Amino acid sequence: MGRALGVLIWLLTIGSVWLFVNGRWWLPPYISEHGPAYDRQFLITIIVVGLSFAAAQIGLGWAVWRYGARGDRRERAVYSHGNNRLEIVWTAITALIFITLGLMGQRVWAQLHLSEAPAGATRVHVVAQQFQWNFHYPGADKNFGRTSPALVKDSELNFVGLDEQDANAKDDQVVTTLAVPVGRPVELTLESKDVTHDLFVPELRYKQDVVPGMAIKMHFTLTKEGRFELACAELCGQLHYKMKSYLIALPANVYDELVALPQAQFQGRITQLIKEYPIGIKQGVATTASR
Amino acid sequence: MEEATTPHEPSDPHAGAAHEPHGHHGPPTGFIRKYIFSIDHKVIGIQYLLLAIFAAFIGMFMSVLMRLNLTWPGHKWTILETIFPLGAPGGVMTPEFYLSLVTMHGTIMVFFVLTTAPQGGFGNYFLPIQVGAEDMAFPVLNMLSFWVTFIGLVVLISAIFVEGSTIIGNTDFVNNFLGGGGTGTLGPIGGWTGYPPLSALGKIAGPGQGAGATLWITSIAIFCIASLLGALNFITTLLNMRTRGMSLMRMPLTCWSWFTTAILALLAFPVLLAAGVLLLLDRHAGTSFFIPGGLVFSDEVLAHKGGSPILWQHLFWFFGHPEVYIAILPGMGVTSHILSTFARKPVFGYRAMVFAMFAIGLLGFFVWGHHMFISGMDPRTSIAFSVLTLSIGVPSAIKTFNWLGTLWGAKIRFTVPMMFAIGFVSLFVAGGITGLVLGQTSLDLFIHDGYFVLAHFHLVMGVAAIFGMFAGVYFWFPKMFGRMMSERLGQLHFWPTFIGVYGIFVPMHIMGIVGMPRRYASFQEYDFLRPLDPLVMLVTLAAILTAAAQFIFLFNFIWSIFKGERASGNPWEATTLEWVTPTTPPPHDNFGGHLPTVYRGPYEFAVPDAPEDYILQTTPDAGEENVAAEAGHTTVQGVQGSSGNGHNGQH
Amino acid sequence: MVTTVSTKPSGSVSTGTKNVHIGGTGRRPTGGNGSRGGPQPPNGGSNGGHRAFHDSTPQQYRIGMWLVLCAVLMMFAALSSAYVFRSTRTQQSWQAFSVPAMLWVSTALILASSATFEVARRALRRGESKVYRRWLVASLGLGFGFIVAQLLAWRGLVGQGIYLATNPHSSFFYLLTGLHALHLFGGIIGLSYLMLRARRGTAAGANDGAGKQRARVDAIGLYWHFMDGLWVYIFALLFLWR
Repeated sequence: MGRALGVLIWLLTIGSVWLFVNGRWWLPPYISEHGPAYDRQFLITIIVVGLSFAAAQIGLGWAVWRYGARGDRRERAVYSHGNNRLEIVWTAITALIFITLGLMGQRVWAQLHLSEAPAGATRVHVVAQQFQWNFHYPGADKNFGRTSPALVKDSELNFVGLDEQDANAKDDQVVTTLAVPVGRPVELTLESKDVTHDLFVPELRYKQDVVPGMAIKMHFTLTKEGRFELACAELCGQLHYKMKSYLIALPANVYDELVALPQAQFQGRITQLIKEYPIGIKQGVATTASR
Repeated sequence: MEEATTPHEPSDPHAGAAHEPHGHHGPPTGFIRKYIFSIDHKVIGIQYLLLAIFAAFIGMFMSVLMRLNLTWPGHKWTILETIFPLGAPGGVMTPEFYLSLVTMHGTIMVFFVLTTAPQGGFGNYFLPIQVGAEDMAFPVLNMLSFWVTFIGLVVLISAIFVEGSTIIGNTDFVNNFLGGGGTGTLGPIGGWTGYPPLSALGKIAGPGQGAGATLWITSIAIFCIASLLGALNFITTLLNMRTRGMSLMRMPLTCWSWFTTAILALLAFPVLLAAGVLLLLDRHAGTSFFIPGGLVFSDEVLAHKGGSPILWQHLFWFFGHPEVYIAILPGMGVTSHILSTFARKPVFGYRAMVFAMFAIGLLGFFVWGHHMFISGMDPRTSIAFSVLTLSIGVPSAIKTFNWLGTLWGAKIRFTVPMMFAIGFVSLFVAGGITGLVLGQTSLDLFIHDGYFVLAHFHLVMGVAAIFGMFAGVYFWFPKMFGRMMSERLGQLHFWPTFIGVYGIFVPMHIMGIVGMPRRYASFQEYDFLRPLDPLVMLVTLAAILTAAAQFIFLFNFIWSIFKGERASGNPWEATTLEWVTPTTPPPHDNFGGHLPTVYRGPYEFAVPDAPEDYILQTTPDAGEENVAAEAGHTTVQGVQGSSGNGHNGQH
Repeated sequence: MVTTVSTKPSGSVSTGTKNVHIGGTGRRPTGGNGSRGGPQPPNGGSNGGHRAFHDSTPQQYRIGMWLVLCAVLMMFAALSSAYVFRSTRTQQSWQAFSVPAMLWVSTALILASSATFEVARRALRRGESKVYRRWLVASLGLGFGFIVAQLLAWRGLVGQGIYLATNPHSSFFYLLTGLHALHLFGGIIGLSYLMLRARRGTAAGANDGAGKQRARVDAIGLYWHFMDGLWVYIFALLFLWR
């Protein structure tokens, strides 16, 4: 019985580890500047996790294999209440590893969150609602027109409540696709009209909750062109699973042309770009040198 | 010879007593007082256990439905259409129906399974006995705590009917006082975490968010009160009613786990209650604790202003994190206890185990923000929470090492409870170790709210804790019912379950790494999820296998109550006080009027030179025999010689 | 070699007769303490010399009440932090109103009721049961007076158009004072219970060890004083912290 259990534990361990290392499934390729650092930290952590997991399971399986009571029931186990020194040693080693990982694990976070976007970053306002993403571009003048909840009229396609009377609003564009330039810092300001949502582009490596009543800023720089699926990652209602959009990462010049377009042509150009850029990183493009 | 039957009628417990020692007025008579409104902690413990088993099967059924929907989207399940014509028209469940399953599954499992059986079930039954008391400190409160829990479950289940039935859902009462129902879901759709504004705005936020959500919050509030009543009893009993010689450091680790858990419950549940009150006020009294201004629904701006959705998250998770330790600590206690018993070896590092439990409990109050890294709260706060979170892994690691240490050099008897205890260790490691990933702010940027965290918490709560429960059932069944469960059926239950849970939850880590989000009613919308289809299928097949195996347990449990082989008082050759009760099941006052005296610690196995490989806690040393007799105690006939009885000291 | 964490081997190696073995044969166990084996102790009692069960009951009341207070404290702590959190975040409409005069009255009443209760409690300790009863009635009356004063204060605010949902401050006001009053009402039930027991039978309360009686009074008194202190805290929070 014990032997069988020991073997089973080892087999489950091997199977579990295989799922991770077989190479078929892993993080999607990154497209952001902080991507490499993220992936590195992730890999280091997973290796520590995997080694700890395997060691513990192998140890458990071995103990179960080796220490079954066999034969004479009168044979006794080792009478031991423990070993102080051993406790201290393995606790210290564990604490060291965990704290080190913990400190290392703040780096990327600090880079992204503890600094403001550089001046001149490309800005887009994101307005989330049940069950649609709205992206508000400031247009060539780089000034966002005034918006107000009272002016929202979904029925007339004014999803973000743009004040048409505001001079700044004349060149603003609001569409349901997020287009950003590659190689330049981008700052998104996230707002919600109704409940909490979460902006999620897997390749971006940067989830952020979109909380009603707050305007949350996030900034990043992309390093690869392409089109990427954009999802909601915070339960927002029955169509949460369908709150889909795209992030299109464009070369800087293409982006500049796009945002300079008059309102009427903007959506059409976006549709064109969606066709031009299949899902994934655009192949055959020299990646923009990051940092 | 006295038959081991149902728990009542010991020989006269008050023979010779000049006073009424405890106001229990002797054992109850009549079916109602004995089995329904009983103040006997043993009956109450079994009631909790039965409630938990019932709830677990409902929760499990819901999870299987969820898996069917995810794996075969668009498939027309005629049985679904028959039972739920509104929620699954044409046999395909609506996304809101799916989300209501998610919500109710989580709520039922976390509250009515994981926070009842390990603590209210086994703790109630065995804490008094293991410390040598006749009952809990407040038996009437104890009874109340169960029945209030029961009412909570009834209210929760009523949400299913209020939302699921158009007839009930559209009555005036439901519309005017509860927020309107009859949407075809099985309750609210906000997840067991119920974040506002989705949970605070009523039915305009979505189907199920009217009466379903109100009933859900009410049920949880009721549950909070029941838990508090229970916690009172545990702590008071443990502090005040231990028998002679039962110092704190001679208590079994199960008692330590129930103690720590009760303290956590006492301090955490009131915060959830406060949050629930605020949420109900937002929903029904027009306040804006959690609802900010400027919200727009159907082109109308809502009148609320100034509330904060993040405030709910702080309050909820301040409760929520200790809650998950409430769910796991009793399982840890049971595992330590059972590992030692069947390894025939003392627990490795008893003191460290006690310390680790307290450390986990204490630190557990300071890490709630790791559920909220990306919530929009100050990012520096996230950093602080992250570092604290990583440190809580250390006491958990200590416990794991000590479990392994207990097995080293052992003489393991592979009974069914032992198998589940070993399984607990394996699953706790598997689930807990990924905390290293989730606890880092940087990594959470991608991993948050996806299938990776789902794998993590299911492995620790949904499997390891459940294995702790199973181990407890198989272990204590003989004492509770006077009969043995079938060993063969137990093995038949264990193997597919152990394999099955690995098959369900390890692949989910992979899904999370690829980026699969949580609480999605369908995976068909996104190309990046397509490579996961084979794993989705694997998980579902494993889930069906595992669910089926639980019926073996159910059958074994019920059948053995009536037909199991009769058990002796100490079939496992264990050492703690529950195994020395005069009858099995124990009499109404547990020890037949003669409270035991304890002479040694709880895990004296394999003591060299002892006549047996275990020594009961109640066995005195040679010199102590006379002292005991003078004090009016009876002792064991003949005396066990012993050297090295671990815990002579006082607490 | 085996190393132990906590104690050394005791060193006494006695080879007594073999322990009664408890195995899986279905026999009722005869090992362990008490029950059938060996001579019955003279008083056959349930406690055999160690701290008697009945003696532990009074202490349980006190311990239990401390635990109740921990729980109540945590709930109000949660609400307090919600209050503070909210007050620092809101840009608009905090608009705290000033102390309604009636609340000074209620504060005086509840403070007085704690004082009278303490007098009662000490009287009981000295065994002066009539004095105890008199001051208990006073506490009960003052407690009722507090509730009435609170109701009047709420009425006054409603008259000024300040309701639960009017603004965040008013929401917290009604919430905190309302929950406090609810818990205080529980205290009133406790006091009434003490009254009933004091009426029934002799000075010390019949059917009871004097210890149990005192413990009950201590426990309920603890709750009452806590409610008093909690009120003062809520008052300060609502009107000193803006």
